[in-house]
Amino acid sequence: MKRKIIDTIIEKIIFFCGILAIVFVTLIFGFLLKEGFAFFKEYGVISFIAGKLWYPTSDPAQFGILSMIVGSLLVTAGACVIAVPIGIMAALYISEIAPKGVRDVLKSFIELMAAVPSVVIGFVGMVTLVPLVRTIFDLPTGLTAFSGSIMLAFMAMPTIVTISEDAIRSVPWSYKEGALALGATKWQTIRRIVLKAAMPGIIAAVMLGIGRVVGETMAVMMITGNAAHIPSSIFEPVRTMTATIAAEMGETVRGGMHYRALFAIGLVLFIITFIVNFIADLFLGKSKK
Amino acid sequence: MAIKIQIKNFNLWYTDFLALKNINIAIEEKRITAMIGPSGCGKSTLLRAINRINDTIEGVRTEGDIIISGKSVYDSRADVEVLRRNVGMVFQRPNPFPISIYENVAFGLKVNRIESKKSLIDETVEESLKSVLLWDDIKHKLKKSALELTLEQQQRLCIARVIAVKSQIILLDEPCSSLDPVATQRIEELMLQLKDKYTIVIVTHNMQQAARVSADTAFMLLGDLIEFDKTEKIFTNPAKKETNDYVSGRFG
Repeated sequence: MKRKIIDTIIEKIIFFCGILAIVFVTLIFGFLLKEGFAFFKEYGVISFIAGKLWYPTSDPAQFGILSMIVGSLLVTAGACVIAVPIGIMAALYISEIAPKGVRDVLKSFIELMAAVPSVVIGFVGMVTLVPLVRTIFDLPTGLTAFSGSIMLAFMAMPTIVTISEDAIRSVPWSYKEGALALGATKWQTIRRIVLKAAMPGIIAAVMLGIGRVVGETMAVMMITGNAAHIPSSIFEPVRTMTATIAAEMGETVRGGMHYRALFAIGLVLFIITFIVNFIADLFLGKSKK
Repeated sequence: MAIKIQIKNFNLWYTDFLALKNINIAIEEKRITAMIGPSGCGKSTLLRAINRINDTIEGVRTEGDIIISGKSVYDSRADVEVLRRNVGMVFQRPNPFPISIYENVAFGLKVNRIESKKSLIDETVEESLKSVLLWDDIKHKLKKSALELTLEQQQRLCIARVIAVKSQIILLDEPCSSLDPVATQRIEELMLQLKDKYTIVIVTHNMQQAARVSADTAFMLLGDLIEFDKTEKIFTNPAKKETNDYVSGRFG
């Protein structure tokens, strides 16, 4: 009897914890929707997303976030161009080429990289990378989208490397053996069979990496310059959606238009990361099959 | 008849474990040679030594040599990729690549740069699939994933893959162990059809299978080659007591 009671209680507790996670996410989403929609009703979705000017405190105030969307996309795209090839190559090296001792050391170092707080990455970038970018490219300021991309690439890399590495390692040995037995070289085997078989997992890894980059706030706020204008090249300062929310939330009047506009930005961000994660999940499911 | 594969004083270690002890066999061309013996006797290891696929396992060391068509396999200057192309291998579990049926067969042609013209590749793919009697069943779905085929079809595809690169030797490592009896019989029929063109070496757990398909049989035990002779002799009147005990089912 007593065992049964304990069983039921524990079951209830686990159920409660599980539900709690869902409730929190729903509440956050509901809150975003409520404030966001209140803003959209007053200002309009199109003029919000396609508007070029962000003057939240002028009269009349302008709430166009196009420059921030472009800023976020530019920094993210730049980070991907750097992190994806390097990340996949590193994953290939770790899983297919490196001797066992080297592999273990590399893996733990890369996992350690994921544990560095983003403010530290931002700080290190600010004092080392930013001046370097300024002198190398002879720019008026090193606080550019390019600097942000490099630092974000560092942050996306651990995710891309570890998840791709898992995907590559789970390619059955029999595929490799079959390819080698047909006279393929090691590189041909990797390129034509291993990478193809691991592709869904690698795409999922890239998507999760992108998800992390899109939502990153601290590092980009510190090193991208935060100028709310549409950049004409990657060597200009940009402002991302996340940085805008973080920088301005403290100065807003609760319930005011500016306050609600920031929630609307949050909603746009949420939708973007949701789509990215959804695609990642789709491919992860595919790779498990 | 001509000797195709000559195994000479061959030893193989897995790190410190001596898995093959001074093996000497001369395998004749265009025949089926079977290797039998209980689990762990080294028959698969010996088969996998012929195309040097054992090299991919850490800690493998060899001594002695294997000569194929007059050329040393273990010479330091030997080209392993060329060797593996000439000595095809079919594994215990069918291992088609997770790509289309067509690409599976074309894989060997592409990586070995045997053909590059699409029309010639198409032709070879068709011929190879025909010679394993798979063409009629799948010609309308060549672009489908090879993983959608039945296990028997997958194993046929794996044989077609080997035929496509014009291997002269086909090594079969328990090719029927994951197939049902009907499929097994059909793969055996296929082997018998292929033996006029190819030198076939098959490792099998199944003594009846060895008796049915092979012309010569090697019996191995604990890393030693106990006896190698005509299949009929091995199964009816073996020279060694161990062979007799094994083929009559006293152990193994």
